[in-house]
Amino acid sequence: MATILADTDSAASPRDNSVPEAVVVRFAGDSGDGMQLTGGQFTLSTALSGNDLATFPDFPAEIRAPQGTLFGVSAFQINFGSTEITTAGDQPDVLIAMNPAALKVNAPALKAGGLIIADTGEFTKRNLEKAKYDVSPLEDGSLAKWDLLAFDISALTIEAVKPFGLGNKDALRCKNMWTLGLALWMFDRDRQPIIDGLNAKFKGDKKILADANIAALNAGHAYGETAELAGPLKQQHIEPVPSPAGLYRTVTGAESVSYGLVAGAQLAGLPMFFGGYPITPASAILHNLVKMKEFGVTTFQAEDEIAAICSAIGASYAGHLGVTSSSGPGIALKGEAMGLGIMTELPLVIVNSQRGGPSTGLPTKTEQSDLYQAVYGRNGDAPIPVVAARSPADCFEVAIEACRLAVKYMTPVMLLTDGYIANAAEPWQVPDPAAFAPFPVAFLEEKNGDDVVLPFKRDERGVRPWIKPGTPGLMHRIGGIEKAIDTGNIDYNPAVHQAQTDARKAKIDGIAKDIPDQEVCLGNASGKLVVVGWGSTFGPIHQAVRRARAKGLDVSHIHVRHIWPLPRNLGDLLKGFDNVLVPEMNTGQFKTVLRDQYLVDATPLTKTSGQPFTIAELEAAIGKYFDAIPDNEGGEVPADDTQLPSIEAVNTDGPNAVPAAE
Amino acid sequence: MNEMTKIKVETTLKDWESDQEVRWCPGCGDYAILKAVQRTLPEIGAVPESTVFISGIGCSSRFPYYVESYGFHTIHGRAPAFATGLKLANPELDVWIVTGDGDGLSIGGNHTMHLIRRNLDCQIMLFNNEIYGLTKGQYSPTSRVGTNSPSTPFGSVDRPAQPCAFALGAGARFVARGFDVSKELPNVLKAAHAHKGAAFIEIFQNCIVYNKDVFQDFAAPKGAEDRQLWLQNGEPMLFAKGAKGIALDQEALTLKVVDVVDGDWQAAGVIVHDVTNRSVAHMLVEMRFGEFPMALGVLYDDPRPTFEADVWRQNRAAAEGKKADLQSLLKKGQTWTVSEGGPDL
Repeated sequence: MATILADTDSAASPRDNSVPEAVVVRFAGDSGDGMQLTGGQFTLSTALSGNDLATFPDFPAEIRAPQGTLFGVSAFQINFGSTEITTAGDQPDVLIAMNPAALKVNAPALKAGGLIIADTGEFTKRNLEKAKYDVSPLEDGSLAKWDLLAFDISALTIEAVKPFGLGNKDALRCKNMWTLGLALWMFDRDRQPIIDGLNAKFKGDKKILADANIAALNAGHAYGETAELAGPLKQQHIEPVPSPAGLYRTVTGAESVSYGLVAGAQLAGLPMFFGGYPITPASAILHNLVKMKEFGVTTFQAEDEIAAICSAIGASYAGHLGVTSSSGPGIALKGEAMGLGIMTELPLVIVNSQRGGPSTGLPTKTEQSDLYQAVYGRNGDAPIPVVAARSPADCFEVAIEACRLAVKYMTPVMLLTDGYIANAAEPWQVPDPAAFAPFPVAFLEEKNGDDVVLPFKRDERGVRPWIKPGTPGLMHRIGGIEKAIDTGNIDYNPAVHQAQTDARKAKIDGIAKDIPDQEVCLGNASGKLVVVGWGSTFGPIHQAVRRARAKGLDVSHIHVRHIWPLPRNLGDLLKGFDNVLVPEMNTGQFKTVLRDQYLVDATPLTKTSGQPFTIAELEAAIGKYFDAIPDNEGGEVPADDTQLPSIEAVNTDGPNAVPAAE
Repeated sequence: MNEMTKIKVETTLKDWESDQEVRWCPGCGDYAILKAVQRTLPEIGAVPESTVFISGIGCSSRFPYYVESYGFHTIHGRAPAFATGLKLANPELDVWIVTGDGDGLSIGGNHTMHLIRRNLDCQIMLFNNEIYGLTKGQYSPTSRVGTNSPSTPFGSVDRPAQPCAFALGAGARFVARGFDVSKELPNVLKAAHAHKGAAFIEIFQNCIVYNKDVFQDFAAPKGAEDRQLWLQNGEPMLFAKGAKGIALDQEALTLKVVDVVDGDWQAAGVIVHDVTNRSVAHMLVEMRFGEFPMALGVLYDDPRPTFEADVWRQNRAAAEGKKADLQSLLKKGQTWTVSEGGPDL
């Protein structure tokens, strides 16, 4: 067997006798093998055992890929540990490969010295051909740098479920539970919650399926116990992570943003209207909200992206909290309507689940390349607040913040998430929505002028009143044409356009006074280097800075939620550091904003391969500031073929739902 | 029409005039349509605060500024989408969409189609002047073949869309036609308003600057009776002072013009207009002017449940018996508790 390569940077191999801080496991199989379900159940057991975790579902873009093919491989990665986990892990320690294609696609990513568990029952001549193997990799020594545990899981599963008299096909469908049983044994997990789940899922005349699956689960678990003595399989117990006391669950970004929007509407005291159009990876928000009618949510699947935002603006005009959601291409289509929202000063929340671009780009891969579009991407001088979520759980608070700014300042607000955040799951301490300060809306009910209604009379913050059609005596007209001060009547006068452009800008700029000061989330408030991030790069940046600081390097981490307007103290904060490094999954967009706003020498570190940053890449980039080699800082992180593909962002309805491809 | 209009209020034409100066070209057909609407609103007992005019972009779309009600002048072609959000949010509002041939059939054709197919309760007034007026005279999707315009100096070659045929094809349950200076226009508007659901009204409108008198062939007062067929539910389809009528050509399965001798329209086989007959409506909207008179009035009127009513019904049913308790919802499903000393397993 292969030599173990010491890897001090990340989690130890599970083969070590010492107990690692964290372990990365990747379940990979054919789309029909139920890997997402297996991963979801393993995630649940991991959460229940008190480990922190982050997951990374990776399924094919094709809805029904042909069986056994390389592009039909579905995988689910989980990183869990006894310490704070903020990424799905750079490289897996354990790969469970249910067929040759799954092995071929995923083995290159596996950490040297890692463990491969393979089902020999699927390594048939036909499947090897489909995976484009000439010789079985289990036999030709090509897997020598990893530990290999290959045995016939298919046969063992059939044997285990024999008493239930299932057909061969149905019996083999229990393979994933057999594998899960083995994985549960490997990490010393309780089987009972899974058994309870199976019993709840298969009832009545389907009870036999529950029994068969439970038998497979138990058989896999028992196999671990007996195989331990002989092979490379070792049982490990990962200690629970010390977390704040409270009730926890797992949540994806799409779920969390949906809950946050509903909470935001409740805090504003408004019904909510959601206008959406199907697009990957944003559709899951529509799927979630449609199930929340009791919260006064109306959802509308419009005929296109434009109608989606226009209907939401129409609903805002009627006094609802209008919300729309999309991804980059759809956001581009919504641009003109956003301008109308800005011009007529109506509240609106626009959720942008970013993906790789331009054009159709990488529909299922993550990127942060819509920042320019969010901040600058409209005709005319058209400022709107932009907020960005850093993680799935963070979406809840950020969505509430977006709602607050929209109704308090009568403006469209853009909330940026991305494909990774939308689909990844993480543990979440269930928040108390009542703990958030309400921001109730007061509609104008009576004339606010001298016996006239002045729909564009601004208050001290520059905000106009919100007037619902149906209110007696306040009839007025609004529109996209430039308008007179106070009355809102059409007025193209040069001085009026100057004054209104200034007023619209001042209103948005003024929001900086109503948002928290920027905090340093790790490290000192001044020093040699600060790594400034926004959005889903939080996880890898945070871990990289933590590790660098553990090595004694003077580096801090700042993560910005309010992208526009920026927190008032951010400029001064940045100027307290000798160097500012801005890692982004784009060609340096936030870097440009920081340079423009503060004249700071922000150095970009960019990655546009559709893959998230790995912790190691960021550690290396930080290290360059301390290596005494001049001018090697920043730059571009190249695509890495051995890195896992970025999360396949599809539209699932949460970790417990069965994805379309399975 | 909507529920709230049952509470009728007394208004006069003056009550519906806003304080804004009307800025269409002198002699524009839009003036006549505005007056017809302002004359209609008091007659139907419309309530100013419950009435909303929504428009897109174009000459016609300036309309909301001139009506003393709520008004939203939106963006090019999208008025139906704004109206959908507005009406779903507040079904009590009485929504009028004002659009044109370019706004409603070119850039906004998609939204027009979907609003009609969904059957949102509103009135869609499509001012058809067969030209782009506000952008100074380019040919439009309803311009006739050969239209000379700044963008088609050698004459347009593409065939025009037929608004009423488009609407009916999209599933419209109410289709009517009128023209700007017609005295019948308020009656057409009243019928549209009385229809619960999406009511599509094509209003021929004379653009005196860029497409002057293009509808004179049938709209001119002189000889109008020979060229206009005003449809009345339950009445025979007669024109030319009863000397001619529309009958079914039973061999060709098309309509045909027949002569009526001595007023015996039955002998001539003239069809009695039934506004709920969808097959005949399809033939009426396809009648080519010239060979036939211009069919005007209510061509089709057969209501179906409205989109917003169905959405609200479904929302209520889905919410029934459920409490809007977000915290309970968040706690649903598989959760675990961490106590001060660590996780409870």
